[in-house]
Amino acid sequence: MLHIKNLHAGVSNKDILNGIDLDVNPGEVHAIMGPNGSGKSTLASVIAGKEEFEVTEGDISFEGEDITELDPEERAHKGLFLSFQYPVEIPGVTVTNFIKTAINETRKAQGLKDMPAGEMLKKIREKADLLEIDRKFLSRSLNEGFSGGEKKRNEIFQMAMMEPKLAILDETDSGLDIDALKVVANGVNKLKSKDNAVVVITHYQRLLEYIVPDYVHVLMGGKIVKSGGKELAYQLEEKGYDWIKEELV
Amino acid sequence: MSLKDKLLSSYLAFEDHLEADSPIHDLRTDAIKQFQEAGFPTKKEEAWKYTSLSKVLKQDYSIFPSPENNLEFKQVKKYFLHDVDTYKIVFVDGVYSAFLSETTHDKVDVCLLSSALSKPKYKPVIEAYFNKAAKKDSLTSLNTAFAKEGAYIYIPKHREVEKPIEIINFATGSEAALMVQPRNLVVVGENAHVQIIERHQSLSSNAVLTNSVTEIFAEKRAIVDYYKIQNDVSTASLIDSTYIAQETQSHCKVHTFSLGGNITRNNLQFIQNGERCESTLKGITILENKQHVDHNTLVHHTQPNCESHQDYKGIYADTSTGVFNGKVYVDKIAQKIDAFQQNNNILIDDKATINAKPQLEIFADDVKCSHGCTIGQLDEEALFYLRSRGIAKKEARALLMYAFANNVLESVSIPELKTRINKQIAAKIGVSLGFQL
Repeated sequence: MLHIKNLHAGVSNKDILNGIDLDVNPGEVHAIMGPNGSGKSTLASVIAGKEEFEVTEGDISFEGEDITELDPEERAHKGLFLSFQYPVEIPGVTVTNFIKTAINETRKAQGLKDMPAGEMLKKIREKADLLEIDRKFLSRSLNEGFSGGEKKRNEIFQMAMMEPKLAILDETDSGLDIDALKVVANGVNKLKSKDNAVVVITHYQRLLEYIVPDYVHVLMGGKIVKSGGKELAYQLEEKGYDWIKEELV
Repeated sequence: MSLKDKLLSSYLAFEDHLEADSPIHDLRTDAIKQFQEAGFPTKKEEAWKYTSLSKVLKQDYSIFPSPENNLEFKQVKKYFLHDVDTYKIVFVDGVYSAFLSETTHDKVDVCLLSSALSKPKYKPVIEAYFNKAAKKDSLTSLNTAFAKEGAYIYIPKHREVEKPIEIINFATGSEAALMVQPRNLVVVGENAHVQIIERHQSLSSNAVLTNSVTEIFAEKRAIVDYYKIQNDVSTASLIDSTYIAQETQSHCKVHTFSLGGNITRNNLQFIQNGERCESTLKGITILENKQHVDHNTLVHHTQPNCESHQDYKGIYADTSTGVFNGKVYVDKIAQKIDAFQQNNNILIDDKATINAKPQLEIFADDVKCSHGCTIGQLDEEALFYLRSRGIAKKEARALLMYAFANNVLESVSIPELKTRINKQIAAKIGVSLGFQL
């Protein structure tokens, strides 16, 4: 589904990613872990098409198509979703209007008509219930004045609405208390199927108790330096990252 | 002949037609003298540093247009509100159009300044209010000298006008270049309430210069809700001077929507003469091409325990230029004032310009005054966020511009007007979104 080959990227002459290789297949859950500044969020942003970063080498393909040069919206139309670490506040645009616009813009790009209003409403209610989101919340301005937990829950709500083929969750666990974490993880698990895939980016093993990964990758210095099963996450939790550094030397 | 000379010589002819015992005869005489001495403002004056009238003044304007320029209602229907019933005071090339207007004398007066200036029954009101709030700067004086026609609105105490009042000035283009000087007088009695929408609209590409003056008096606990729609053609320039005098516990709101025109200058001045007044000044400015809008605001707090809120948002594309010169003046005795001023600007293109100059002059020592001014571009992070949700770049930009301007629209209390302005903004930005904000 997602194939990243020898990806190098950075900002104005500063390299951040130094040759990433990653393959994600339908039905899989991958976790990417790593210390601060290792390039985790950059990787997420580059996959989603953020223009601030320049890809200097390598390529990203999604469902057999090279997407390295595509605009962020084109990637979204193909079924890629990024849950932001820091969702942006958009005063004056309600959660409902935002998600309607996002869905209908995506449908337009896919040659479909707008989703009928009734169907949209039903879906919004269903997904809000799944994530235990209060209806009142839906008529608030997008992310404006939301708590950290509300912002993250809203990200997963958007994901639930857009039903992406591949979702990248960038530090979705940060700012969540344990109850909210369970709700969010439960939401992600319910949306999981054999046809879609999830990449979880996190500092901590905590989230991975609820969203269980098939593969765990350790990112350091802009490179994946170690990959393994979910037990690798436990090792990292226990021992930190230093032993990997030592192993590399 | 320069426009100034032309105006001065025209004044002599104009004065001959006026009754010498008119209550404002002396005012006119003083006013024309003031204009003669001061002349048109130039960029050398601090208040006009960023706005030059010199090109606009070079046109050979007709000062007294022909009185008969009929317009069919269907030609101008789109400039009126539709879903709500309104009173209408309509001028065509500076001349009152009875056909397009709907005035009233039923409990309130919504009619013409020309009647108010000539009929004895209005004399006490004219003597008490006319030219009492207006400043004596050269352009206001010029208007006072020629003041003859405009809207006259008098709301007696405890009256709420049940429908909004539209004041619309059309220019037909029957003259190659036309100068008009409407003069409006609005008196809102104790505990009375009024909503007014003012618009200047040219219907051709011939040059128009409007030098408009409006005086608004809000008596105790009066509520005034005033909307200025400036979406004129690119050959029409407007100098709008609005003076608002507020008494105790009155609330006055002015929204200015500047979406078009050539050069637009808004002088908006509030004076609070009583305690616990509230003044609200809000504006949305969206410009393109070579358009220029200059907002010059003043809120003068002379009494304690009052509030003022200013919120101006500007979006500037192409080589358009904006000016925000906002002044808050707090007298020494005006303690416990809460004055807030906000001016945010987005420059869409490299060659667009904004000159922002917030000024606070505070002589009281127990006040809460704040101001904030930002000049920036659309937030790239927000743009990426929207695009990552499948919203194309153009729509994402429009959505952000909407969101940026939106809180100014929130306080518009006439739903249809809000919808209309929303649509105008959408048209201006060049997209239509599937929902209304």
